[in-house]
Amino acid sequence: MELIPVYLAFILILAIFLGFELISKVPATLHTPLMSGANAISGITIVGALLAAGAGGPSWLATLLGAAAVFFATVNVVGGYLVTDRMLGMFKRKTDDAP
Amino acid sequence: MSALFVNLAYIVAAVMFIFGLRMLSSPATARSGNALSSGGMLIAIVVTLLSKGIVEFHWIAIAAAAGALVGALASRLVAMTSMPEMVALFNGSGGIASLLVGWAALFGADPNSAGAVTPFTAVTVFLSVMIGGVTFSGSLVAWAKLAEVVPSGAIVFVGQRVINAALLGGLVLCGVLFALLPAPDSPLFYAILGLAVLLGVMAVIPIGGADMPVVISLLNSYSGLAACAAGFAINNNILIVSGSLVGAAGIILTNIMCKAMNRSLTNVLFSGFGAVKTVTKVEGDVKPIVAEDAYLILEAASAVTFVPGYGMAVAQAQHVVRELGEILEANGCEVSYAIHPVAGRMPGHMNVLLAEANVPYDQLVESDDINPRMPNVDVAVVIGANDVVNPAARDDDASPIYGMPIVNVDHARTVFVLKRSMASGFAGVDNPLFFGTNTRMLFGDAKASISALISEFK
Repeated sequence: MELIPVYLAFILILAIFLGFELISKVPATLHTPLMSGANAISGITIVGALLAAGAGGPSWLATLLGAAAVFFATVNVVGGYLVTDRMLGMFKRKTDDAP
Repeated sequence: MSALFVNLAYIVAAVMFIFGLRMLSSPATARSGNALSSGGMLIAIVVTLLSKGIVEFHWIAIAAAAGALVGALASRLVAMTSMPEMVALFNGSGGIASLLVGWAALFGADPNSAGAVTPFTAVTVFLSVMIGGVTFSGSLVAWAKLAEVVPSGAIVFVGQRVINAALLGGLVLCGVLFALLPAPDSPLFYAILGLAVLLGVMAVIPIGGADMPVVISLLNSYSGLAACAAGFAINNNILIVSGSLVGAAGIILTNIMCKAMNRSLTNVLFSGFGAVKTVTKVEGDVKPIVAEDAYLILEAASAVTFVPGYGMAVAQAQHVVRELGEILEANGCEVSYAIHPVAGRMPGHMNVLLAEANVPYDQLVESDDINPRMPNVDVAVVIGANDVVNPAARDDDASPIYGMPIVNVDHARTVFVLKRSMASGFAGVDNPLFFGTNTRMLFGDAKASISALISEFK
């Protein structure tokens, strides 16, 4: 049980290195969509929000905080993915047909 | 659904995020990558809803429906020129969501800790509230500056650094005490909450308009790190993995932006750039040009490069610029768009605007790629850019922006500078480019000037 924080830290370190590898290959042209897309991924906190809002525990405050977190995280996830999709849809090659 | 199955599904979601980000390495696959990433998010949400931990659904349904509506409307209605504001607001909402998740974790939302707050939980809650709070209020201030609700310049006052250091010190002190005496209703917790929100405001107000790309990137990174900290607070792998991917993305972008301005992160964060006084006086004659004469030069040109800056976004000139580009191409001219990394108010801002105007992405080139070819460019058209084309950054070691990589438009055979007036750029530095022998100034609103050129061609 006391090893859990260590395991979590282990995952953290590996994921950060993976992130550096992945992101350094993104061209400057796509930096804005990268940012909004990454932002949508950071909305993963919705998972924690769902667990807090749906736990049905004795504390009404925890449920309220959880529900507010679900709201903000959903804005982040839905808005982030849709706006990224909208932007990426605009990037066209010369050979593509203009709409 | 068993915890084992839920965690296996989280691995699938994480792999989908990773491949989604990988596919962003080319504009051709980027859109499917984003779809893949959103599929991963859907899997993570669905398995969480089906897990044993969730017994009450009505609050979730109301909050999620409202959030989805707001997010969908915002993403459809926002104009591409306002994308920096939108991203700032999304960063802020991610930040406050992580803050709230951390806060709720104090009440034993995590089934493993069964009500008692351990020092480990207290530390992770402290981190998620601190980072989430700074992200939230910092993003709101960044939004207000971008939307010009408050003045976009740097707000500096005496003792600012001392106050910020004291705020951070107080925050850490409260965090340590809170970890020693963890309790859900501890006054220390509310102190942390208040100090974090205040620190976010204080940290962003001294940063001026043109430094916004750095701040937005940094806040983007924080929103990921906040999710990561919330993941520690509730022992959840998927939050840690995804949060750190985003954190890394933001740090890389921050680094690219700082390099593109030849400044360190500490310099951007702690010194209002507007305060720098210029020492070099530039002398010479400015040579204005009218649209008819500019047309004759463009008509004869065989290679033209457009260099857009924030002024193009302000004038909403991207569509007329693309129209002029197409006319020039039909005229047998080679057209490209040179994009400096910090042009605009967020990383890649100009690329998105030009893509919106249907400029093909193979014509968008980075400054490092166009600079060696610049002597062969007949006309470089500078639209609302100033500091990123200032040759003083290359030649004058007394200039405050000395050392910043620029687009070498002065090496082109002719330079047209589209400008409203002779006011200096954000950095308050005189631009010797305007006095160059091969430079012609086309004064007026960028959109009107380009439209005038287009009508000359017709």
